[in-house]
Amino acid sequence: MNAKYMYSFLAVLALFFLAYLGVRVPGLPVVFGILLPYAAVIIFIIGVGNRIMGWARSAVPFRITTTCGQQKSLSWIEQNKIDNPSSKGAVIVRMLLEVLCFRSLFRNTRIKMKEGPKLTYHLEIFLWIGALAFHYAFLVTILRHLRLFTEPVPYLIRLLETVDSFFRLEILYDVVQIGLPGVFISGFVLLAAAVYLFLRRLFIPQVKYISLAADYFPLFLIMGIAFTGIFMRYFSKVNVAAAKELAMGLVTFSPHIPESSISGVFYAHLLFVCVLLAYFPFSKLMHMGGIFLSPTRNLPGNTREVRHINPWNYPVKVHSYEAYEDDFREKMIEAGLPVVKQPAETAPEEKE
Amino acid sequence: MSDLPKPEDFAPKTYRPGSTDWMDVPAEIRKGIACYAGNPKSLEAVGLPNPRTWSCFDEDWQLPENWQQIIHEGFKERLEKFRSFKVFMDICVRCGACADKCHFFIGTGDPKNMPVLRAELIRSVYRNDFTKVGKILGRLGGARPMTIDVLKEWWSYLFQCTECRRCSVFCPYGIDTAEITMMGRELLNLLGLNIDWIATPVANCNRTGNHLGIQPHAFKDMLDFFVDDIEEITGIHVDPQYNKVGADILFITPSGDVFADPGTYTCMGYLLLFHFLKEKYGLDVTWSTYASEGGNFGSFTSHEMMKRLNAKMYREAQRLGVKWIIGGECGHMWRVITQYMDTMNGPADFMETPVNPITGTRFEHAKSTKMIHITEFTADLIKHGKLDLDPGRNDNLRVTFHDSCNPSRGMGLLEEPRYVIKNVCNEFYDMPANTIREQTFCCGSGSGLNAGEDMELRMAGGMPRANAVKYVHEKHDVNTLATICAIDRAALPDLMSYWVPEVEVYGVHEMVGNALIMPNEQERTTDLRGEPLPGMEEADE
Repeated sequence: MNAKYMYSFLAVLALFFLAYLGVRVPGLPVVFGILLPYAAVIIFIIGVGNRIMGWARSAVPFRITTTCGQQKSLSWIEQNKIDNPSSKGAVIVRMLLEVLCFRSLFRNTRIKMKEGPKLTYHLEIFLWIGALAFHYAFLVTILRHLRLFTEPVPYLIRLLETVDSFFRLEILYDVVQIGLPGVFISGFVLLAAAVYLFLRRLFIPQVKYISLAADYFPLFLIMGIAFTGIFMRYFSKVNVAAAKELAMGLVTFSPHIPESSISGVFYAHLLFVCVLLAYFPFSKLMHMGGIFLSPTRNLPGNTREVRHINPWNYPVKVHSYEAYEDDFREKMIEAGLPVVKQPAETAPEEKE
Repeated sequence: MSDLPKPEDFAPKTYRPGSTDWMDVPAEIRKGIACYAGNPKSLEAVGLPNPRTWSCFDEDWQLPENWQQIIHEGFKERLEKFRSFKVFMDICVRCGACADKCHFFIGTGDPKNMPVLRAELIRSVYRNDFTKVGKILGRLGGARPMTIDVLKEWWSYLFQCTECRRCSVFCPYGIDTAEITMMGRELLNLLGLNIDWIATPVANCNRTGNHLGIQPHAFKDMLDFFVDDIEEITGIHVDPQYNKVGADILFITPSGDVFADPGTYTCMGYLLLFHFLKEKYGLDVTWSTYASEGGNFGSFTSHEMMKRLNAKMYREAQRLGVKWIIGGECGHMWRVITQYMDTMNGPADFMETPVNPITGTRFEHAKSTKMIHITEFTADLIKHGKLDLDPGRNDNLRVTFHDSCNPSRGMGLLEEPRYVIKNVCNEFYDMPANTIREQTFCCGSGSGLNAGEDMELRMAGGMPRANAVKYVHEKHDVNTLATICAIDRAALPDLMSYWVPEVEVYGVHEMVGNALIMPNEQERTTDLRGEPLPGMEEADE
């Protein structure tokens, strides 16, 4: 049994019951519904801010761009402007492709070793697809939830919902009429992608070997968020009006617990989100901010054209030409190499 | 190499890591993989800390009393000085995309050679020393304290990385293991933990101007040998200039080209090219014995040592009053020149933007460093029809090109050498796309690992490269592996003789030298190696 994911799983399970049961205790809904969300958001904002400021405080002494294509050199050789950018605009394009399309991950391959030995390289696109699905589904899910925090709901959010829920599951006969509310694809994709990312940590031996508890925990947490969300929407039919009342109270700084009760699952869902927010700044999830500060990607590769300044550049001890010539003068003269000083000028005492 | 297994038995049996948690697997420092410790005299010569005689195979590494404190403080300092280091410590999500991109992982199957885990060796200590979560959760949070076993593990695996940056191409965040290895090696150097194949070249370079410790008179002697050989082959007496004040251009190449075959033939190519240009167009190029090293083993030691050794290039250029500099074929040399030199030792405003006086081409992309790569220079000359070439003289060669790591991923010099090769050779075949250009595989011996005692590691690390060469050898009958790197020229012959013995290693400018028709030359019967030219096999007998 792998302690790393077991502990993570148990932690998430414990969080679920903490909220699910906790809200039954009088007085605790205020903690789970108001205090923790505020605290989580504050920790998130200050934590992420601190982290990014911390990175920003460190110097960028050298421009260590990873060049992934032809440089700018002779006019008749075509430069790969995106993968080896030499201007700020091209760097922005490179970064956008990286952040929006996970371009580097798209390059991924997998080796196979055959007898011989003979190495072959195979397209390995699943991680890229899984990662894209995961991040975009998460983004859509978050944006969709803005419906709970806005009144009236902005047009773009309603449009997003319509697109996201284009898929409907309804049986409409005279006798039986069963229907689910419009199925939000994003929620299911998020859950499926998180499960996929978990399974690859479990079943790809190398990935399992490198995985830490810190890799499993957020995945379980996000699976928990997606699962409780889906459960509330399609199965337990959460009291949406009350949920919105709570959410609106939070964003308008007039927090209160709605009179009509909300299920324990809702509070578990909310606690998961709070924990994720509070955990975010102290975890690998900060890759969201870090990618923008990664010096191999966010700098142009034009160091030969434009000098990069190192803020802490300090003078170093260099073995000077003079010292070198002093060391080898006789031999240099003998070999017919030019010297600056003649032996007589420097060491007359050696001459007899 | 005789004690290595046969190539067909060499590949790892499995890439599946063991079931024991990696933190519980101590590093195995053994012969064939590990390099010998730095000579104390070399460390003393350049003032590196803790010079002493020690061996990595000993139990006691004779560390300073407060070594943990030294590492901790050095770590802290570097987190502040290098945003790269700090960000790379924080943002890895361990997705595993880099795992099988490393030639050492492919060649050894050792899971700690997965770039992600190489970095985790250091990250685990970072979490323990510098993050709250690591301090609270300890090992469950992926943190561990710095112990002597951890230190030995660092040393072992930081000298099983050639800083080739291939993993950084595939990382979704651009995490660059080379950067992490460089930081790790800096920290190790604070304790006097180095390898001799790096420390001694550094000391040599500091004193004599080159890694091999060639003194000025010997440097000239060696070039004189090539002058004689060239005269024998071509009937032309080339006349290189040394340390010439007032020359137009300074030429700096790695000393490996002066010292050992087959780099020496590349050096003869440079001599022929510069003589041709001098005779025909009056180009005024000087060599320097003081700045007689293009490479920079300082960069495998610390940023400071890199700067100290690199400083000689600009100093010599200023002393001689040249207009600009041409750099020879070398790999990590060009990473240093491209991404570090101008920042460290510039601005070089005592020189001019390089302009090729023969073609009029302004090398705007090098207007700040004032230094261009010889293949940029030669490609420009060829494009303008300024060279008289007979590529038929290389018809014995069926050529493929090994992109060196640093010019590919730290510069982007991909087309220039190919253009030159295609104009001096008739038969050129690229290796498969996953193994060239920005995805090129290291020779397995870069970053100072091309020693003799770690041959097993080198043959393992070079396996992916050799495999791709073997592919074009079998498919297109390729018999020539062209490179633009002196370490390649030193390391790849061993690699080829082990994996693909039918293939020989050439520098690009050796092939230029073969094809270049010198004014008033005698009819050549041999190439620069003394091998008969195509169609001249009988004349040779």
